[in-house]
Amino acid sequence: MTTLRTEGLSYGTGEGRHLVDAVDLTAADGETVGLVGPNGSGKTTLLRCVYGTLRPTHGRVLLDGDDLATLPVKARAQRIATVPQDGHAGFELTVGQVVAMGRAPHKRFWEADGAADTALVTEALARVGITALEPRTFASLSGGERQRALVARALVQQPSLVVLDEPTNHLDIRYQLEILSLVRELGTTNLLALHDLNLAAYYCDRLYVLKDGRVVASGTPEEVLTAELLGEVYGVAAEVSAHPKTGAPTVVYLPEGPGGRTLLT
Amino acid sequence: MTCRASAPRRPLGYVLVLGGLAALLAVAVLAALALGSVRIPPGQVLDILTGRAEASPFRTIVLDVRLPRVLLGIVVGAGLAVIGTVLQALVRNQLADPFLLGVSSGASTGAVLVIVLGIGASLATTVTIPAAAFAGALLSLLLVYTLARGGGGITTNRLVLAGVAVSYVLSALTSLILVTSARADHLQEVLYWTLGGLGAARWDMLALPAITLVAGTAVLLTLARPLDLLLVGEEGATVLGLDTARFRAAVFVLASLMTGVLVAYSGAIGFVGLMVPHMARMAVGAAHRALLPVVALGGAVFLVLADLAARTLAAPQDIPVGVLTALTGGPFFLWMLRRRPEGAPA
Repeated sequence: MTTLRTEGLSYGTGEGRHLVDAVDLTAADGETVGLVGPNGSGKTTLLRCVYGTLRPTHGRVLLDGDDLATLPVKARAQRIATVPQDGHAGFELTVGQVVAMGRAPHKRFWEADGAADTALVTEALARVGITALEPRTFASLSGGERQRALVARALVQQPSLVVLDEPTNHLDIRYQLEILSLVRELGTTNLLALHDLNLAAYYCDRLYVLKDGRVVASGTPEEVLTAELLGEVYGVAAEVSAHPKTGAPTVVYLPEGPGGRTLLT
Repeated sequence: MTCRASAPRRPLGYVLVLGGLAALLAVAVLAALALGSVRIPPGQVLDILTGRAEASPFRTIVLDVRLPRVLLGIVVGAGLAVIGTVLQALVRNQLADPFLLGVSSGASTGAVLVIVLGIGASLATTVTIPAAAFAGALLSLLLVYTLARGGGGITTNRLVLAGVAVSYVLSALTSLILVTSARADHLQEVLYWTLGGLGAARWDMLALPAITLVAGTAVLLTLARPLDLLLVGEEGATVLGLDTARFRAAVFVLASLMTGVLVAYSGAIGFVGLMVPHMARMAVGAAHRALLPVVALGGAVFLVLADLAARTLAAPQDIPVGVLTALTGGPFFLWMLRRRPEGAPA
């Protein structure tokens, strides 16, 4: 039931530079939508406008038709959960405490967590497979474990939209796959920025390709990930083919010039 | 262990910590009442306290000299430790302390200005001095925070440097006010503020700081959840539904108010707000609902014992207790600074 739409969304700096420029984006109910694009293409800025820590300079972000700019911070947090790029928690909070913070938007500030809240935390920890880590301090976790804990926090928040900024950053391949599988299984509408095009092709229903703050292509991974587009957006030569096992478009980058292996054929 | 949680999770451990601290406080109070230039047997102190020794020659010493001082020590110690805890959450840095962040210096400058100018002299101890100290505390806290924050997040370096710089400027300002004021009798009064001491405690000085402590701590306990949220950073707290700008402003005012009132009565006693919260977090964790009561009790124990040492170590000299807390707190600060992992978030 949750649809995210941005209309002409722009975010500009004071000097008149547009980090995000007139972006129209839609994520339909239950869809996992990926943002890809080179560094500095505006992915993070766009996400921050969506989850509300940046105010768009033009345009609107609509969640089920409600303009996010008109929603109080707390009402927004009841509907949108955010998994940040590098989650950290000061002062040695435990994993259980960090995950339980997901209940905050649903509580009055003086209200303590009840049995139902505790049950949600326990369930979320089990779902992401870190039940045993609950008493550990968040700071002592590995990158993959932290990311799982933050996904658990997002679950506890019971949102309709989950926004993830490079959730696979700095993770080992195995954890990258696990986190993205987890995200797909949440059943929420998901919007995520991803670096790795092959992961994006495999895990996202649709992709938006950003360059210099603008959407240069959008559609299913098959439609979007073409050799021409990669050449145009990233300035690399690449070959895209459907993977024989997964069927997803698979990108292989082709080195140009000296220094690499000689190409066969 | 969510907000109330340390309770369900570790009920016994948490109760033991609170009970142990309460027992320790009782012992510390008894010792502080019994020891000093005149030694009074503890049994007799108890008799005097319970009204069973009306004729005791030590009645006045216990009830009118030592007891108000011990009680002020409890209030100021608990208050400074609570303020330290809250400031640390606000700036997300365990090295914050009302003294180190220049808040106490700001309060002192405000107080001294009022003393020297003689504003509202008749109301001085009850209204004008605490109010001026509050204003000074709030201004200096805002200044340090703005300086430390400029251009991105708060780093430890910037926070400590901004605190030190603001403290220096304010101390210089205090000295300037002092030397340009004609009256010599101000000097001693002002020295008292800059060093921090409980020696001037009287019964009629206890009500305002005690009320401020109890009310302030009660309000902060209801704010335990948003205080916890601050620990994940500004952006993290925002996406969890906290209006960080408004909340931070409210807590700034509350912390300054508490600092101002306490400093007006005790002067700038440093490092209590640094050491006690750190040790309390090691015992019961960082969640504020469990932490604040432990911090308050721990601060009270700490300052009562420190003041006892200040009175007895060099007797009959009464060392300002701020000197002792700085002697222990300074090395503690350096130890904390050294054991911070490289690149830890401020």
